[in-house]
Amino acid sequence: MMKPVVYSQLEGKKLGFYGLLALLGSLILIGLGAAYYMEHQGHWVTGMNNQIVWGMPHIFAIFLILAASGVLNIASIGSVFKKPIYKPLGRLSGLLAITLLVGGLCVLVLDLGHPDRLIVAMTHYNFKSIFAWNVILYSGFMGIVGIYLWWMMERQMQKYYPIAGFVAFIWRLMLTTGTGSIFGFLVAREAYDTAILAPLFIAMSLALGLAVFLLVLIATYKWTERPLGEVILQRLNNLLGVFVGVVFYFVLAYHLTNLYITENHGIESFVLLNGGIFTITFWVGQILIGNILPLLNIYVFDFGKTTVGIVVSSLLIIFGGFAQLFVIIIGGQSYPLEMFPGMTVTESSFFDAAARHLYEPSLWEILLGLGGVAFAIFITILAMRLLQFLPKSLADVDVDPHAKKV
Amino acid sequence: MNEENLPNPNRRDFIKKASVIAGIAVAPGIVLHSVSQAKSPDEAVSNKIRWGLLIDTTKCAEDCNVCVQACNTEHGLTGHDRPATDPQWIRKIGLKDKMTGKTYSLPVMCQHCEHPPCADVCPTGASFKRADGIVLVDKHICIGCRYCMMACPYKARSFVHETLEDQKSYSPRGKGTVESCTLCTHQVDNGQQPACADACSNKAIIFGNLNDENSEIAQTLKTVSSAALRPNLELNPSVRYQGL
Repeated sequence: MMKPVVYSQLEGKKLGFYGLLALLGSLILIGLGAAYYMEHQGHWVTGMNNQIVWGMPHIFAIFLILAASGVLNIASIGSVFKKPIYKPLGRLSGLLAITLLVGGLCVLVLDLGHPDRLIVAMTHYNFKSIFAWNVILYSGFMGIVGIYLWWMMERQMQKYYPIAGFVAFIWRLMLTTGTGSIFGFLVAREAYDTAILAPLFIAMSLALGLAVFLLVLIATYKWTERPLGEVILQRLNNLLGVFVGVVFYFVLAYHLTNLYITENHGIESFVLLNGGIFTITFWVGQILIGNILPLLNIYVFDFGKTTVGIVVSSLLIIFGGFAQLFVIIIGGQSYPLEMFPGMTVTESSFFDAAARHLYEPSLWEILLGLGGVAFAIFITILAMRLLQFLPKSLADVDVDPHAKKV
Repeated sequence: MNEENLPNPNRRDFIKKASVIAGIAVAPGIVLHSVSQAKSPDEAVSNKIRWGLLIDTTKCAEDCNVCVQACNTEHGLTGHDRPATDPQWIRKIGLKDKMTGKTYSLPVMCQHCEHPPCADVCPTGASFKRADGIVLVDKHICIGCRYCMMACPYKARSFVHETLEDQKSYSPRGKGTVESCTLCTHQVDNGQQPACADACSNKAIIFGNLNDENSEIAQTLKTVSSAALRPNLELNPSVRYQGL
C-alpha cells in the first residue's frame, strides 16, 4: 500500500528564491521594454520583413505552446492511463501546462502589429481560420486544465478529476493539432501544406514538454532539497527517449514523402542540401543535437541515466526543438514561393528572384521571447509558493508501490 | 464683290471649331454617363460585377515601371530605402523560361482570388472579399498577425513596418496592419479604373467587369489565351495574364 502523497508549497524563505524571482522579473521587464520598442518604432527594427513575416517571437511562442500541451501528458498518464507512479506529478504537470501557454501567448500577442486589439481577436471570429480556432482552443485549454487542477487538488472533487483529465487529454490533442495546422493549412508554401505537420507537432510537444518538465522537476527538488527518487526519474527519462524517437519518425516520414514527390524536390534540397544556415541547423541542431545525441545519451551512455545526464538530455532536446522550429518556421518562409513553375525569376524588386529570403533575428525579438519564457517560469514559481503543487517527497518508497524498502 | 474677295471659309478651321464645339457638347454627357455607371456612395457593391485585370505580357515592356510608380503615388506608398520592409502593392517581375529561354516581363499584384486564402486564414475576418470580387483588408480589425502574408500564394501583401505620414484620405493605411492592392476601390467605385491600368501607356493592363460579356476585358478574354498564376491551387483569381 502506497503512502498518501503529501503536497506542500515552496517555503520561499531563502535568498535564492527571491534572487531567482528578481532575475526573472528583470527578464520580464526587459522583454516588455523590447515589445514596447518594437511596437513604437514599427516592426522594421526587428529582423522580420515582408518576406520573413514570422520570426524569433513565433519560434519562442510556438515552443512554449508546444511544451505547454506536451507537459500535460504527465498528468494524463496518471489520470487517463492510470499509472499510479505519475499521479503525484499531476499537479505540477497541470500547472506548467497553463503557465507555459500563458508565456507563449504573451509573446505571440506582444509581437502583433496591434497588440492593443487583442479584444478584437477575442470578439471577431472567422471560423474558417485555424488561427481563430486556436484562440478558442487556447482559452478552452486554460479553462479545462484549471478545472482539472481544481478537482485534482480539492478533496471533495477528487472523484471527478479523471473526467476532467480525460477531457483535458482530448483537448490537448486538438490544441496541438490546431498549432500544427497553422502551418499544415498553408497551401501557398511548399514547406507546409501537409497534414503530417499536426502529428509532428504533437510528437514535438510530447518531447519538448517532458524535457521542460524534467528540468523544472529536477531544479525545484534540488533547490528545495526535497527527495527525488531514481524510479520516477528513470521512467521519465525512458519516456523522453521514446518521444524523441517518435519525433524522429515523423521527421523521416515528412522528408521521405517529399523526396518521393518530384514537385517537392526544391524545398527538400533547400532543407537537406543547399539551404545554408537552414541546412546546417537541420543536420546539426535538429538531427544531431536534438535527436541523435539525446537518444545515445538516454539509451547507450551510462551518463545519461544520472540526474546530470537527464538534465543534459533535456537541454539537448530543447535546443533541438528550437532548431527544428527555426527550420520549419523561418526555413519554410525563406524558401521562395514557386509562383512560376518552369521559369526562372530574373528580376524583381520584391525579392522574388532571391535564392532564399534572408532573416537576421534582432535582439529585440530574442529579448521578447526570453521575457515570455521568464514570465512562464515566474508565474510557475509564484503558484508553487501559493498553493500545494509539489509532493514533499518523490523518493522511491513514497511513489513506487514495488520499491524495495531501504 | 467678286468671289476672290469673299472670306474663304478654311476647312481646317471649320473642322477644328466644330470638333471643339462637339467636344464641349459631348463631354458632359460622357462624364455623366460614367457617373451614372458609378455606384452611389450609399449603394452596396454587387456580386453582379466582378472586377478584374487582364495583363498582356507581350505589351509589358521590360524596363517600364510606370504602373508601379502610379500605384505608389496613388496610395502614398513611400519607401524608407529599406526594400525588405518597404511596402509594395505591385512589383514588376522578369521571367525566363528554363527550357526555351524566352523572357517575359509582368506586373504582379494582389490577384483578387475568388477563394482568397488570406481571407480564409484571417482570424478576425479583417481580410475579406467584397461582393464585386475585390479582396481588401479592414484596417480597423486587422490585428497585425501576418497570417494572411503566410497564406498568400502570390506574396502580394505588405506589412506596415513604420509610422505613416501624409496619408491619402481616400486610401487609409495603418501602422502594424497588413495591406495590399485595393484595385483602387476609390477610383473603381467612382466609375474610373485603377491607377496602374490608367498609367500603362502600352495598354498592357485592361481593367473591367469580368461578368459583363460586353466589356473589353471579357471580350478579349474570349478571344486570346490567358492564364491565372498558380492555377493548380484553383483559387480562380480575377487577374489574368495573356502571353505567359
